[in-house]
Amino acid sequence: MLRKFLDRIKPNFQKGGKLHFLHSTFDAFETFLHVPNKVTTTGAHIRDSFDSKRAMSIVVIALIPALLFGMWNVGYQHFLSHGVTADFWQIFFYGLWKVLPIIVVSYVTGLGIEFAVAQIRGHEVNEGFLVTGMLIPLLCPPDVPLWMVATATAFAVIIGKEVFGGTGMNVWNPALIARAFLFFAYPSQMSGDNVWVSKGADAYSGATPLAQLGAGNIDITSAQDMFIGLIPGSIGETSKIAILLGAIILLWTGVASFRIMLSVVIGGLSMGWLLNLVGGENVFMHIPAYQHLLMGGFMFGAVFMATDPVTASQTGTGKWIYGFLIGVIAVLIRVFNPAYPEGMMLSILLMNTFAPLIDHYVINANKKRRLKRAKNALQQTI
Amino acid sequence: MSKEIRLKRGFTIRIEGEADKSLMSSTFKIESYAIKPTDFYGMRPKLLVEEGVVVKAGTPLFFDKADERIKITSPVSGVVSAIIRGEKRVIEEIQITPDEHMQYVDFEKQEPAKLSAEQIRAKLLESGLWACIRMRPYNVIANPDDHPKMIVISAFDTAPMGTDYDFVAHGRKQHFQAGLDALAKLTDGKVHLNTHEELTHDDAFLYAKNVEINKFSGKHPAGNVGVQIHHINPLNKGEVVWFVNPQDVIIIGRLFLEGHLDATKIVALAGSELRRTGYHKIIAGACIKSLVVENLNDDATPRFISGNVLTGKKIAQDGYLGFYDDLISVIPEGDYYEFAGWAMPGFGKFSFWRSFFSWMIPSKKYVLDTNYHGGHRALIFTGQYEKVLPMDILPMQLIKACIIEDIEAMEALGIYEVDAEDFALCEYIDPSKTEIQAIIRKGMDLVKQEMS
Repeated sequence: MLRKFLDRIKPNFQKGGKLHFLHSTFDAFETFLHVPNKVTTTGAHIRDSFDSKRAMSIVVIALIPALLFGMWNVGYQHFLSHGVTADFWQIFFYGLWKVLPIIVVSYVTGLGIEFAVAQIRGHEVNEGFLVTGMLIPLLCPPDVPLWMVATATAFAVIIGKEVFGGTGMNVWNPALIARAFLFFAYPSQMSGDNVWVSKGADAYSGATPLAQLGAGNIDITSAQDMFIGLIPGSIGETSKIAILLGAIILLWTGVASFRIMLSVVIGGLSMGWLLNLVGGENVFMHIPAYQHLLMGGFMFGAVFMATDPVTASQTGTGKWIYGFLIGVIAVLIRVFNPAYPEGMMLSILLMNTFAPLIDHYVINANKKRRLKRAKNALQQTI
Repeated sequence: MSKEIRLKRGFTIRIEGEADKSLMSSTFKIESYAIKPTDFYGMRPKLLVEEGVVVKAGTPLFFDKADERIKITSPVSGVVSAIIRGEKRVIEEIQITPDEHMQYVDFEKQEPAKLSAEQIRAKLLESGLWACIRMRPYNVIANPDDHPKMIVISAFDTAPMGTDYDFVAHGRKQHFQAGLDALAKLTDGKVHLNTHEELTHDDAFLYAKNVEINKFSGKHPAGNVGVQIHHINPLNKGEVVWFVNPQDVIIIGRLFLEGHLDATKIVALAGSELRRTGYHKIIAGACIKSLVVENLNDDATPRFISGNVLTGKKIAQDGYLGFYDDLISVIPEGDYYEFAGWAMPGFGKFSFWRSFFSWMIPSKKYVLDTNYHGGHRALIFTGQYEKVLPMDILPMQLIKACIIEDIEAMEALGIYEVDAEDFALCEYIDPSKTEIQAIIRKGMDLVKQEMS
């Protein structure tokens, strides 16, 4: 039925059809509904069932535990700040009511731009934004004004991605570009003690554990709460359990790189541990290294942001170095730059910038190996 | 020194339809044969025959304009029935209707061990069997003036539904050995016969003389000569390695021992669209029609492939087996729409990635069709091609160097060591559905052009 309808209207969108100018849009919807009937002509006659759509939907699925917990936690923090007891569904629906509009705004803005650009360039619509559009809300505080979400998303898609040539060509992770845009353009809505709890009571301090530490308060939330996620913070970042569930999905399906995830964690732990050894005035230097993993967006960044294959290092060895440095720099920024308690975002963006450089050296090493081998062979024959 | 090489990276495509290991009775009659000049990559053919000419098995049909010594001869005796030309008058097929009784051009029986390299080279060139010897880099017919640092023979095929060379070589030890003896004279280095730990058991291979026997283990593409060369003695710029298919070694041996060109091969007929699979004893260049036409499943929508499903060429139902091929794969076409296919759990979908629940049934075999299973997208994923390319080569970087036609980078990243077929699995698993083999082939052509 549906197929017949699509087949009937398809000629309108093909070359010469009245609606040809909408062909990318039609293609996007058609392929969303049906995997196309295109068969191989050159090269391998059979192809894997896995495609870009599947890959992106796996990432979105991996984000769902963090999303659902995030919704619940938004409600939980809200009622907690008011000292009101509420049942599970009340809490969840409060969060849903807060978070859903952000998601809708993010997707509508971003996909609108993606479709328009695909149309102008005559491309097929790439699925990358399905992930970005979900990541952006999860990186926001619950009370972020919707117009800010729209502005940040537009900025991220246009400046962060399309100007570089679109999906696969961007230097920085678009979702983090959106986050950074919000952070630097509207600092008062993005930091401080009052933004992390949705409509918190006036007298209630909803500081994140990182902010508490920044204020010199060593007596922070328990590690258990931070692990489960019962803390204020960006919507998706609080629950480490939900994030680990996502990590398992990504690693098992092979969509994300275990090298990057693992090395980010190792990098963060080693730097935290090193700072413990050094000691000093700074309270940040005394918190156990593992707590760095539990605070702020460290785990969320390690699992979902650092592993973005487009902006990460592309070589195996490069990935180890890239991830390790993300972990190290994130902790360094947290500890030594109190103006930016959330070091993860800046750390990943910084390493996104250097990822091609890391790759350059790894690739050169491969080239040199080959050259050396050729020289040895030449010497033997002489 | 013979080597033992364990390859960890690679991938087995669990495709349904592997050829049954039995020789099928030859009740069919092959009505036509054809030689396709396009099988010889990069060759510019100059015809020596015209329609209606009577030929014997071993009569030259055409030669290469670039090197007149390289001739291609008729595999059977009969009449040249048609010369099919395509666009720009490119010769596509030289069709021959065979005689009742095969007549051979006499090439004189000789013991290869007693001949000089010069005599062997001359005989192979004369009989048209020189074309069986191909070279790396570039994967084209070997240049008779080159001095290859070694000659490599892969005695096993790891490709999906690949030909079982144990089955092929069984009982043909004498011819195989004679072929090896002839090849051994053509190189200053060694002839390397590469066997597989689990796949190679036949005496013809394990007790072959005058060669280095290397033992490999691992999944596809372990059977590719490119991968094997990389691990035995990697190719450097300026070096040349030759390679020959074991079936062709047998044909070469037969030429010397019998004194005529008998291009009979044991060809696997495989694929899920067939009622009965198995091996056929046929001559190279045979029309496949009589082998498949009565043997298709009911309401089959077959694609016929000369070669394996990763690297073979699409042919018609009345098409011809390629010169270098010893496998006919028949798989279903995939020209259907699948509702929300990308979103389904996918219990019945085979995949390299564990995103479909088919990973829960690890031993099941699947009917695989020719659908792309997705649209062409940007190259996003990294670190995946490496998992199916067991070489010290950075596949993504090499592919990109080929796309931007950066010859210097291609050289530095190892274009000389690879062939398009080594990237076939990368192409298979690729979520962006990029035509990687074509990209690599284009890169190789570009480098070849630059070097000559």
